[in-house]
Amino acid sequence: MTRLINRRPARGPSILLGALPFAGAVAAYTIFSALRYAENPSDKLLPGLYALSEAVVRMGFTPDVRTGQYLLWVDSGASLRRLGLGLLSATLLALGFGVGTGVIPLVRAAFAPFIAVLSMIPPMAVLPILFISFGLGEVSKLVLITIGVAPFMIRDLSLRAAEIPPEQLIKAQTMGASTWQIVLRVVLPQVLQRLIDSVRLSLGPAWLFLISAEAIAATDGLGFRIFLMRRYLAMDVILPYVAWITILAFCMDWGLGRLSRALFPWAALATR
Amino acid sequence: MSGLIVRDLWMEYPGQTVLERVNLSLGAGDFCALVGPSGCGKTTFLRMLLSIEKPTRGEILLDGQPLPLEPSAGRGVVFQRYSVFSHLRVIENVMLGVEFSSAPFTGRLFGVSRRRAMEEADLLLEAMGLHAARDKYPAQLSGGMQQRLALAQALILKPRLLLLDEPFGALDPGTKSSMHRLLISLWREHDMGVVMVTHDLSEAFTLATRVVALDRVRTDAQAPEAFGATVRFDIKVHRPVRAGDGPKDYPGVLSPGKRV
Repeated sequence: MTRLINRRPARGPSILLGALPFAGAVAAYTIFSALRYAENPSDKLLPGLYALSEAVVRMGFTPDVRTGQYLLWVDSGASLRRLGLGLLSATLLALGFGVGTGVIPLVRAAFAPFIAVLSMIPPMAVLPILFISFGLGEVSKLVLITIGVAPFMIRDLSLRAAEIPPEQLIKAQTMGASTWQIVLRVVLPQVLQRLIDSVRLSLGPAWLFLISAEAIAATDGLGFRIFLMRRYLAMDVILPYVAWITILAFCMDWGLGRLSRALFPWAALATR
Repeated sequence: MSGLIVRDLWMEYPGQTVLERVNLSLGAGDFCALVGPSGCGKTTFLRMLLSIEKPTRGEILLDGQPLPLEPSAGRGVVFQRYSVFSHLRVIENVMLGVEFSSAPFTGRLFGVSRRRAMEEADLLLEAMGLHAARDKYPAQLSGGMQQRLALAQALILKPRLLLLDEPFGALDPGTKSSMHRLLISLWREHDMGVVMVTHDLSEAFTLATRVVALDRVRTDAQAPEAFGATVRFDIKVHRPVRAGDGPKDYPGVLSPGKRV
């Protein structure tokens, strides 16, 4: 009898094992939904699969009676735009300050303590300030996402840049490189790979801040919709929305992972 | 005044003297091996030759000029590890030095100049037996091949002085001896001085024309850190100027060591 830690599933059983929890969750939901439906046909808490699919058709494939828009897609577009812009500005900040503080001692001396303190501010506590100073529009949401994830990304990149062996930086200097050339050809390519990982890790917090901001002040967006629907206990809409957000987040994570492997084939070799 | 001159060099840290009264004079084409017990300051000395550390006293002159204040082209280096860029292919690693010197803003060459740099790098890779690996990443190379690559990176810039910090310390004996042969022939071909730190005495005497041993001359049992190491032995090894390809073919003749 081999030890448990040495028993590895083959590919087939591995996929099967991975599918089990999903199947279990769906089965449990269906059973409890059916039980509640049997007791009270107008139950709203655990709508059946039919009610859910009806809500999906209503939200995603029927124009809204009031606005004539397809709400699911309008909400998705608005949310993804905010998320994308927020992550983009956080990424640019992280590249600038992360590489700067990681490689250039003067920049590190000037900014590292400030960033360390800044990153301890709970972003949600700043949200009222953002609403007051930037208004309830798009800007305050973008800024919330940015200040929510940027400090982490800056510190992550800074650490990664500082992890580049000093031998490499010395070697580059003996090859005649200037600071700019070292940043461009030695540091940036190695840090970009880490940047993608950093964005992947920030996806969770970014969604959190996005949905919080939309819940509080917005007129469209995935977060706005589920908090609006909460007033009507419309679980048949909320559940598909949550599933949709999950799918979007998962696809972004997966896509970034593929992108990283395609752009930086050397990284997988180095950690092998 | 060509060559390397070290005058009354001291390296002191608070409460500790690493090197003291180091005097050394190397010819432009000398191959100097620095030996000595662990912690005697060999690597510190090499780091000063690279301008990564500044001596607390004394001066170092290269071809009559004080060393630049920071690492510069003209002084190539190979460390025991991490000397190559893991995110660049072999050929790109070798071209990089040429790109640095001819493209100050982009650090990258395009078109004809890129092709020319690549041809030059290809020739060097050929000479160093790395051509089959030209499109691989360093992580796909063996330790010996990685050190060869690090050498090629330095040599494409035709340095006046090549600094080696235990470059073969992590290699197996077979690879080591083939690297020795390669290094000797490269040293002959390129007109350059070599300073190599090693803790392997037989390696030192196989390769070098000068073997310089650093060690503490003065010691104080109560304060072992009080005195630093200095040049304990400075031994010239006479070698025929032209010989076969291998150091085995011309066992060096020892001159009586000069006790300092």
